[in-house]
Amino acid sequence: MIFVTIGTQGPFDRLIKAVDQAAAMFNDRIIAQVSTGSSYKPKNMETSEFMPLAEFNTHFAEARLIISHAGMGTIISALVLNKPILVLPRLSKFKEQRNDHQWATAKELEKLKYIHTAYDEEELQQKMGDLLSGDLAPLHQIGAFASPRLINAINQELR
Amino acid sequence: MKVLAIASAGGHWVQLLRLIPAFEEQSIIFVSTNKNFSESVAGHEFYCVPDGNRWNKVKLMYTGLCVALVIFKVWPTTIITTGAAPGLMGIIVGRLIGAKTIWIDSIANVERMSMSGRIALWVAHKCYTQWPHLANNKVIFNGNVL
Repeated sequence: MIFVTIGTQGPFDRLIKAVDQAAAMFNDRIIAQVSTGSSYKPKNMETSEFMPLAEFNTHFAEARLIISHAGMGTIISALVLNKPILVLPRLSKFKEQRNDHQWATAKELEKLKYIHTAYDEEELQQKMGDLLSGDLAPLHQIGAFASPRLINAINQELR
Repeated sequence: MKVLAIASAGGHWVQLLRLIPAFEEQSIIFVSTNKNFSESVAGHEFYCVPDGNRWNKVKLMYTGLCVALVIFKVWPTTIITTGAAPGLMGIIVGRLIGAKTIWIDSIANVERMSMSGRIALWVAHKCYTQWPHLANNKVIFNGNVL
């Protein structure tokens, strides 16, 4: 199963449409957490506008690939659960976000070899194909908490 | 020490929860913008406030008022936040009551500090970035949430 999530900042139709179009080429069941206010109606995947947290977590844990916007909440969850994740950054020019910080986040985490990235719909579909037909090993895993260095620093601040 | 830890729903909240080991030995109270999050910090006092952002000034003022009410009720000695707008409100109100205030800019801000973070820089006692290249004489880098 592939789990698609776009976070809570409103619709992200470029991502949903690209995955939906590519979905026909794969046998995987695809479940997507989407947003209200979307103008695109997916045909090849199951979608939910109001997904309870427990259901979200279940899908996330069961998926063999996570496809999402480049939001840190989703990325951190994927790294903790050791799931391969492919992200498409939200861009301000398409009114998907107020600024382009997701682009910079994706670039930086790609450099660190933590996540798979795509910067447009075509690349997303291509990477999706490469990943599903090839090696789906997660790139990087992190623990349940922040780096000991930061934990230590904050702990000192609170003394 | 009574620590009030504030973060909006989403990535900010996920990052705040990853700091929990740093709060050991302290009495910690959480504030976020989704009432269901009380479950993820079960056993701790938790308050929900409405979210706001700088694009809607009326909502932002309401957020500020709700954050202020929580702070006046709890009267913490320290306020720590990973953002965004409700956290900044917490920093500002925290200064008013004489609390120590700590801003931790989200790891999502790679190219420059967030808008809220740049304001917090003028108000908070301590300001942290999670990227070494953004550190300077006013902004501290000392590890990240990953």
